[in-house]
Amino acid sequence: MDIVVCIKRVPAFGAQVPLTDDGSAVDTRHLGFTIGPHEECAVEEAVRLASAHGGRVTVLSVGPEEAGEQLRYALAMGAHQGVLVDTGTTDLDPEATATAVLAGLADEPEPDLVLFGDASADAGHGQVGIRVALARDLPVVGGITGLEIDTGGSLRATRESPSGTELFRVPMPAAVAVKEGLNLPRYPTLPGRLKAKKAELRTVTCDPEPGGLHTVGLRRPADDRAGAVPLGRGAGAAPAVVDVLAELGKV
Amino acid sequence: MELIVVTDATVSAELPAVARSLAGRDESVEAVTFAGAGAEAGDLARDLARELGGHGVGRLHVAQHALLDDYAPEAWGSALAAVIERLAPSGVFAPAGHRGAEVLAHAAARGGLPLATDCVRLAGGDDGTWHVTRTRSGGVLLEDAELTAPVKLATVAAAVEVPQVPLQPAGECEIVESAVDVPPELARTRVVEHTASETGLSLATSPVVVSGGRGVGGADGFAVLEELAERLGGVVGCSRVATNNGWRPHRDQVGLTGTKIAADLYIACGISGATQHWVGCMDSAVILAINTDPEAPMMQRATYAVEGDVHEVLPAVLAEIRRRAEEPAAAEPAEQQV
Ligand SMILES: Cc1cc2nc3c(=O)[nH]c(=O)nc-3n(C[C@H](O)[C@H](O)[C@H](O)COP(=O)(O)OP(=O)(O)OC[C@H]3O[C@@H](n4cnc5c(N)ncnc54)[C@H](O)[C@@H]3O)c2cc1C
Ligand SMILES: Nc1ncnc2c1ncn2[C@@H]1O[C@H](COP(=O)(O)O)[C@@H](O)[C@H]1O
Repeated sequence: MDIVVCIKRVPAFGAQVPLTDDGSAVDTRHLGFTIGPHEECAVEEAVRLASAHGGRVTVLSVGPEEAGEQLRYALAMGAHQGVLVDTGTTDLDPEATATAVLAGLADEPEPDLVLFGDASADAGHGQVGIRVALARDLPVVGGITGLEIDTGGSLRATRESPSGTELFRVPMPAAVAVKEGLNLPRYPTLPGRLKAKKAELRTVTCDPEPGGLHTVGLRRPADDRAGAVPLGRGAGAAPAVVDVLAELGKV
Repeated sequence: MELIVVTDATVSAELPAVARSLAGRDESVEAVTFAGAGAEAGDLARDLARELGGHGVGRLHVAQHALLDDYAPEAWGSALAAVIERLAPSGVFAPAGHRGAEVLAHAAARGGLPLATDCVRLAGGDDGTWHVTRTRSGGVLLEDAELTAPVKLATVAAAVEVPQVPLQPAGECEIVESAVDVPPELARTRVVEHTASETGLSLATSPVVVSGGRGVGGADGFAVLEELAERLGGVVGCSRVATNNGWRPHRDQVGLTGTKIAADLYIACGISGATQHWVGCMDSAVILAINTDPEAPMMQRATYAVEGDVHEVLPAVLAEIRRRAEEPAAAEPAEQQV
């Protein structure tokens, strides 16, 4: 059961999102980086599947050299090897990102399963996985929050829809885009982190052609909320709170 | 022509206006949907055609194949790619949301075409380039982008700026049935089983959500939130910290990677208000924050703020609700009494 998981290096921000002066990107000078929650679940699932069924987990990231940090985090979670597709940046359009992922997959043995996040945490195009799967002629399902291997060796993948739950039964090799909620990702252990620090990453360089979606700039949406009305402190605020609830017709 | 993709039983009202605003003077706006080869497909198409006709859409193409009878992302995407190739539209639109985005992504991948998802504004340029604004990270940021290709694909958010275009007169919408080829192996990703969701209040639709974060302190700490939610006819939600600590199941999570809500009342207890949480609750009409830290972003952005420990404030609120319920006379203005 060889599994590849595609993870993206994304800025981790708090309540404010700093932008560069020209508005072309998130200003990451004072930010840390992380992998998105959907992708964290993808790594966790891969590690669990590989330990239950045998096999190796390869994590792959397209970005600058620093994306090695995110690959090492996944290695510390239990992935076995990392592939860095060095494009110098993560700010690529989805067609170019897919091309770069394919370049990274080209020299890997055919995996049984390729896992993606349902959407990247920063750009959220929701399409890189589908583009990669199509180019590799793999069946692909997205939005998955339940994954099992059948006795027959095919996948049982479930997802939530507005009307209920949908079940797919997909033959392998396959690609699956997963969502947070699939599992509860582990925190890497200290020995895991130390081992990952020393691991060798395979690097592929790639300079993909841009696709037809070109980012011009980023903006913060207008925030027209007018500042909170204070209702008091501690238990003493209770009457004012219940007045509000009554005004809203909730009590 | 501009092509609207219909993946559900109804048409989003914004799509025809958006498509119309991007169509050239002599270009038509048409629609496409998917159906199996059976007879019941006809009824659905007639209902859709009536609705589309009301928006001035003149033609509904029904892509037909046995593999298209139930939702099947690869088969629908491949059928759409075939229709795009045949009709050569300049733009293709679907509502944002799982099916629309998925089917368009498949068609885009097959056709080697770009796709802009979650667009809140779309405008055409003279050179055939589209200028779009899409939301990123659930609305944390807006991205201005250009879309250049012979065929441009976009999913349109419900919150899209509806362009000012002359109202199209309602008319007949002609149904054009066309058989499409779908490679048989695409049967591999069909939905093989639907399970209807339990009815009852869900996080996404509940009028009141009482939500807890790290400040609640643990799984047991949620008991008082449960009690208040029940009292107010709502449900309990939570932040990602509560989920990651195993205090609540992920289906309770509000936010970017959880559920986006638009409640009448959202009560955020011990939640700091990180951007990824805020985008999940910001569409609520009234937000009440309870937090020990008056500087927490949630305390600034909420409608009402209470500074204090959740486990002091909530029991006091519950006691006050009970007190008023027991002595209605004291709590209600005198003139309402008989
Ligand atoms: C890509 C991405 C996606 C994410 N998606 C989501 C998402 O969908 N939903 C989500 O919630 N988060 C999400 N996050 C995480 C988010 O960034 C924050 O880490 C998270 O929302 C913080 O949760 P919190 O407010 O409970 O905890 P904290 O930020 O630790 O805040 C706890 C708050 O409780 C207050 N407090 C402490 N004790 C008490 C007390 N006794 N009484 C009252 N107040 C008290 C503190 O003052 C503080 O303000 C995402 C992050 C990333 C990177
Ligand atoms: N730069 C990247 N490196 C590795 N994987 C990526 C990258 N960008 C996107 N992906 C994968 O594709 C998924 C969907 O991305 P997107 O289409 O941008 O929403 C992500 O969740 C990742 O699994």
